Amino acid sequence: MSSNNGSKKDVLLEVKGLKMYFPITKGIIIQKKIADVKAVDGISFNIKHGETLGLVGESGCGKSTTGRAILQLYRPTAGSVRFEGKELTEMKGETLRRQRREMQMIFQDPYASLNPRLTVGNIVGEPLEVHKLASGKERQERVQELLKLVGLNPYFVNRYPHEFSGGQRQRIGIARSLAVNPKFIVADEPISALDVSIQAQIVNLLEDLQANLGLTYLFIAHDLSMVRHISDRIAVMYLGKLVELTDHITLYEDPLHPYTQALLSAVPIPDPYIEEKRQRIVLEGDVPSPTNPPSGCNFRTRCPRVMDICAEKDPEWKNMGTPENEHWVACHLY
Amino acid sequence: MAALLEVKGLKTQFFTQDGVVHAVNGISYKLNEGETLAIVGESGSGKSVGVMSLIRLIPQPPGKIVAGEVWFDGRDLMTLTDDEVRQVRGNRIAMIFQDPMTSLNPVLTIGQQIMEALQLHLGMDKSQARQRAIELLEMVGIPGAASRLDSYPHQYSGGMRQRVMIAMGLSCNPQLLIADEPTTALDVTIQAQIVDLVLQLRDQLGMAIIWITHDLGVVAGLAERVIVMYAGYIVEEAEVHELYEEPHHPYTLGLLRSVPRLDMGKSKRLIPIDGLPPDLIDLPPGCPFAPRCQYRTEKCTQETPPLEATSPTRRVACWNWETMVADIKEGGIYV
Ligand SMILES: Nc1ncnc2c1ncn2[C@@H]1O[C@H](COP(=O)(O)OP(=O)(O)OP(=O)(O)O)[C@@H](O)[C@H]1O
Ligand SMILES: Nc1ncnc2c1ncn2[C@@H]1O[C@H](COP(=O)(O)OP(=O)(O)O)[C@@H](O)[C@H]1O
Ligand code: SF4
Ligand SMILES: [Mg+2]
Ligand SMILES: [Mg+2]
Repeated sequence: MSSNNGSKKDVLLEVKGLKMYFPITKGIIIQKKIADVKAVDGISFNIKHGETLGLVGESGCGKSTTGRAILQLYRPTAGSVRFEGKELTEMKGETLRRQRREMQMIFQDPYASLNPRLTVGNIVGEPLEVHKLASGKERQERVQELLKLVGLNPYFVNRYPHEFSGGQRQRIGIARSLAVNPKFIVADEPISALDVSIQAQIVNLLEDLQANLGLTYLFIAHDLSMVRHISDRIAVMYLGKLVELTDHITLYEDPLHPYTQALLSAVPIPDPYIEEKRQRIVLEGDVPSPTNPPSGCNFRTRCPRVMDICAEKDPEWKNMGTPENEHWVACHLY
Repeated sequence: MAALLEVKGLKTQFFTQDGVVHAVNGISYKLNEGETLAIVGESGSGKSVGVMSLIRLIPQPPGKIVAGEVWFDGRDLMTLTDDEVRQVRGNRIAMIFQDPMTSLNPVLTIGQQIMEALQLHLGMDKSQARQRAIELLEMVGIPGAASRLDSYPHQYSGGMRQRVMIAMGLSCNPQLLIADEPTTALDVTIQAQIVDLVLQLRDQLGMAIIWITHDLGVVAGLAERVIVMYAGYIVEEAEVHELYEEPHHPYTLGLLRSVPRLDMGKSKRLIPIDGLPPDLIDLPPGCPFAPRCQYRTEKCTQETPPLEATSPTRRVACWNWETMVADIKEGGIYV
């Protein structure tokens, strides 16, 4: 995707020290907080105009929570989220509502995310109504235009979601998110629920829309091959924290963090000759609970290169690259 | 090598309110002792129904195995009594599924469940069963097995639950392990652990494996032979290296092209397979892949191509496979 254009390189979104804790409570009448799920535990990164930042990591590591906290669908526990310089975490009410028009979300489950009782026309047109952008005939025309944009037949307006396949429903969801002309879209595993043969159709659509509308994406996924394909830069997350962030080429050719290295080595490649020769770094054990993460570096309990210092100190998030080609990593090896 | 399993003309349908679902449409294949076969295809292509039919685990009604023979170790499983089939399932053929939670009882401890199976199938007494359960959990790499015996399924992670299922499946030394997308719900690092474990146990115990998946990547590192299914038909079968070097069916080619590879740059645009999989209640006449196929000719929409041998190790069901192969020879798979 076209982010290498110099003028587009300015920052659209700036996330600093973002934390999102969910309290675990006990008791029925008097709720007492007994612990926190540290779903996102202090992460910092930028997203530039027109680029796709991929966010990868294993189930439960905090990817969706990050996306939601950025869009203020959850109010962050701490940290700052600036969109075009404006602080989102302090916005409320009407200001926040208007701001949300610029930032939309596409969801993983094209079945659950569409209201089964509304027609396609109403699903896609609803945001236009809510934000008072168009009504009546104008709305109708805009909806048909949006359906065409995502490769659906505009005559579908009066049909219901259950009449469509998963891939088509995902297109409806995408059309809906585009209704308000957003600049930024959080795509949360938009293809995970789709069949392999359909995934490529949706990915191509997202790429075309980005090229034509100048969109900026945060693309959340656990499929590293697909993330590599679609992203300009990639952030790797583990247990609520970012462990590494760099451009898509460097991440695959020169991964620094032991977790990134293990993750990459675990991705199967559809070529038996390559698979026979590959050395896999098989991680021991499971991801610890985000309620009670290990001290110091939270990857140390599974890290093949763990050292004494790792239990004592939280590794610093630092740029090992250059100011132009950033390569962020959090690991005591560096 | 002797064939352990031979499936002949297996056909399974579901008789639903909307009509007859043609889930498996007359499939035939062989599996040798100790061999690892992968069955690949997207969701709804009949992979699960195909293997569940082998061991007669199809809900009846609405399902019905309408035709076919399943020769396993000298007997046609289709002609056995329910009791006899249950014996085969418990002792000779083991099965693991995508979601281990559905096959584990949430109110019994892991230990109780493994021990019960051992007492039932192998006639062990309680203390023997406990000892063996610990050995099995250790064998599948559960740390501190003895102390984890009294935990409940929800206290295990997804990967650990799958290990437990493998332990239970292997407890009676089966000759065949059927694994239906056992790693689909797991993260890649855990998937790598489970694949490693199964391969290591296969080499140790010498059982044959049928591994079902939609992921051509997993297959490449695991299988010796691959069957590709589409709309309830086998459309291609080949030895694993052959398949990836030179697919013979347009659907296999489409699958390989539509997924990005980690070891290839991101510059290329993906080549999707156009359209949607067919409705199994209302299959089109002719080749089931025809509506989506770029090699389709007139004949394809009229006559169903038979699955025919194209070499001693390969079979393909396509009228125009030679045209397609000529294209690949010239332009490569990843254009
Ligand atoms: N509303 C909530 N209340 C309490 N805990 C939550 C809530 N939402 C998420 N969590 C927890 O926060 C952690 C991160 O969850 P999140 O959904 O962000 O993960 P994810 O990386 O998107 O995972 P997946 O790949 O499975 O979608 C998990 O431990 C999850 O159980
Ligand atoms: N109990 C059932 N009732 C009706 N149809 C079923 C039933 N089980 C499976 N099917 C249908 O059979 C077809 C093949 O399903 P399945 O073998 O589960 O596919 P796969 O495992 O390849 O994803 C699908 O169309 C599915 O909807
Ligand atoms: S038989 Fe015809 S339609 Fe079917 S896969 Fe071959 S070329 Fe395509
Ligand atoms: Mg998520
Ligand atoms: Mg299945």
